[in-house]
Amino acid sequence: MDFIRNFPLFMIILSLFSGALCFMLPRKASFVYTVCFECLLTAMAAALLVFTSQTGSSFTYTMGEFPAPWGNEIRAGITESVFALGFVFILLCSVTGGYRYLNGDTDPTKVNLFFALVNLLTAALLSLVFTNDIFTGYVFLEILTLASCGTVVVREIGKTTLAAIRYMILNLLGSGLFLLGVVLLYDITGNLLMEPMHGVITEIVSESGVIPSLSIAVAILTIGLSIKSGLFPFHYWMPDTYGFSTPSAAAILSSLTSKGYIFLLIKIYCRVIGLDTLRQMPVCDVLLSLGLLGIAVGSVQAMHTNNINTMIAFSSAAQIGYIFAGIGLCTEDGMIAALFHILAHAMTKSMLFITVPRLSEAAGGAKVFRDLQGSGIRDKDAGVAFAIGAFSMIGIPIFAGFASKLLFGIAAIDSGSNFKLTMIMLALAVSSMLNAIYFIRTLIRIFTPAGDTGLMEHPRHHAGFLIPVALLTAVNLFLGLFSGVVTELITRGLAMFP
Amino acid sequence: MITELLSNEEVAAIVLFGIGFTMLLFQKNLIKKLIGMNIMDSGVFLFLASMGYIGGRKAPIVTDGIAEAENYINPLPAGLVLTGIVVSVSVTAVMLSLTIRLYRRFHTLDLDNVYELLKQKAEEK
Repeated sequence: MDFIRNFPLFMIILSLFSGALCFMLPRKASFVYTVCFECLLTAMAAALLVFTSQTGSSFTYTMGEFPAPWGNEIRAGITESVFALGFVFILLCSVTGGYRYLNGDTDPTKVNLFFALVNLLTAALLSLVFTNDIFTGYVFLEILTLASCGTVVVREIGKTTLAAIRYMILNLLGSGLFLLGVVLLYDITGNLLMEPMHGVITEIVSESGVIPSLSIAVAILTIGLSIKSGLFPFHYWMPDTYGFSTPSAAAILSSLTSKGYIFLLIKIYCRVIGLDTLRQMPVCDVLLSLGLLGIAVGSVQAMHTNNINTMIAFSSAAQIGYIFAGIGLCTEDGMIAALFHILAHAMTKSMLFITVPRLSEAAGGAKVFRDLQGSGIRDKDAGVAFAIGAFSMIGIPIFAGFASKLLFGIAAIDSGSNFKLTMIMLALAVSSMLNAIYFIRTLIRIFTPAGDTGLMEHPRHHAGFLIPVALLTAVNLFLGLFSGVVTELITRGLAMFP
Repeated sequence: MITELLSNEEVAAIVLFGIGFTMLLFQKNLIKKLIGMNIMDSGVFLFLASMGYIGGRKAPIVTDGIAEAENYINPLPAGLVLTGIVVSVSVTAVMLSLTIRLYRRFHTLDLDNVYELLKQKAEEK
């Protein structure tokens, strides 16, 4: 069983290697290879999860056998395993579900490059999940940004180039700030590994309280990561980037790339700064308020748009707001709710992003609501999948979205502040209502018969669409019905974080 | 007053970071934005390098058989700077290639002009 301890490193190295391999493979082979490889990664992550949850402990893997303050480390505990499994699984479903559109969206000779980028993105994402070294975090953060940008420009139209440039500029601002934050933290603590950093910070705080330079470093680092993950008011790049890129890329960007940054932020908060220290910093309240504002603004913007892709993109902005509101509570319950919502939202959003192109295909390529009428009837598979995704986004019981809203409610009650409780409950209520309005409006639209439009029915079932959607639905229902299992795993994982 | 907290190099580094950050944010021309990004990164690297420097000590290369760490400056920040430079170069390369693609399609480097061109196109449709 001890062999499993090598899995985190193997997963990262093999993904990097696969990235290089896909450059050389032909089109179809690179797709088949990537799907098989993602299946292998899912199995490895599952084995890792079983191993860590059975032993009930985390382990560190010293790279090159250099011991703690000098070497570079990989660490795997229960939380890391849960997220590695979730991320790799979503990646598998997004890639399979969007493959059919990739051929139309790109130059056929360049399809293998997309898969090369997807594999590099996997490596970066897994490194962010597993790394124990904050500077390695920065390096793979940049790799993740570059790979994500590449998946956007794979579709060669003018709009994606512009969207990718906007995306990159904001991300570069974010990376610059994150790097400065990391350097300042290194200046204060003299370490780059997370445990020794935490030790020094606790010592400083117990001696002289929260010193201003520490608050500044944390604030800069937080701003950097929140720009990159698209927290309000930095969310305006989302509609263009998600709307014009190929469906797989949109699913990966919204449900994995931005979530990878947030996972790194939570990891730094829990493992480097420590929640007790964090609560004494102003950054918590700022995150909470921006999160709540993001929920409101994202929902309102989603309601006002006329385009189904833009609607889903703005709803992503609102969901990022939820996650940051949970982090902003700075309590363990808040972190658990945020982590659970990362998974719940990623499962739902990736499903919606691979479903929408089918609906618009059934409507003759339309993306505006008026023209989508009846598309859910013409393509029943996509209609049902969209309905499931919409129900989960609204937060109807038995779906994942409900469980995460419940967790946010519980976290707010336990926060001990009446003002925070009122604000969060208000935001939850308003956003659920707005979500219900714009998603049910869309559902009614796509299930209303359109009369004679001359468009063909879609009787054919595509295994490439049905299998990922069925898998995502199953996991979505599992998260909704058995949320206790997942939250217990996350709680145990968080307990072994410091 | 600020020099009591920070050395001259660190102040310069923070000023450079500020200049680069504002350029990346507010310049309209893409090439100027990229120059800003490089200035911003250089600021961080200068900050790192000045942090690792300890006055009166030598570069961390063993000379004349002196092995005690007290004689040398901290080599880790230099390693971080090197890694950072590699990251910065690759990001610049990707951004420049995107810029070339944008220029070939729209014949301008000004992002505002590109928006207007796209808007005109949408109206023509």
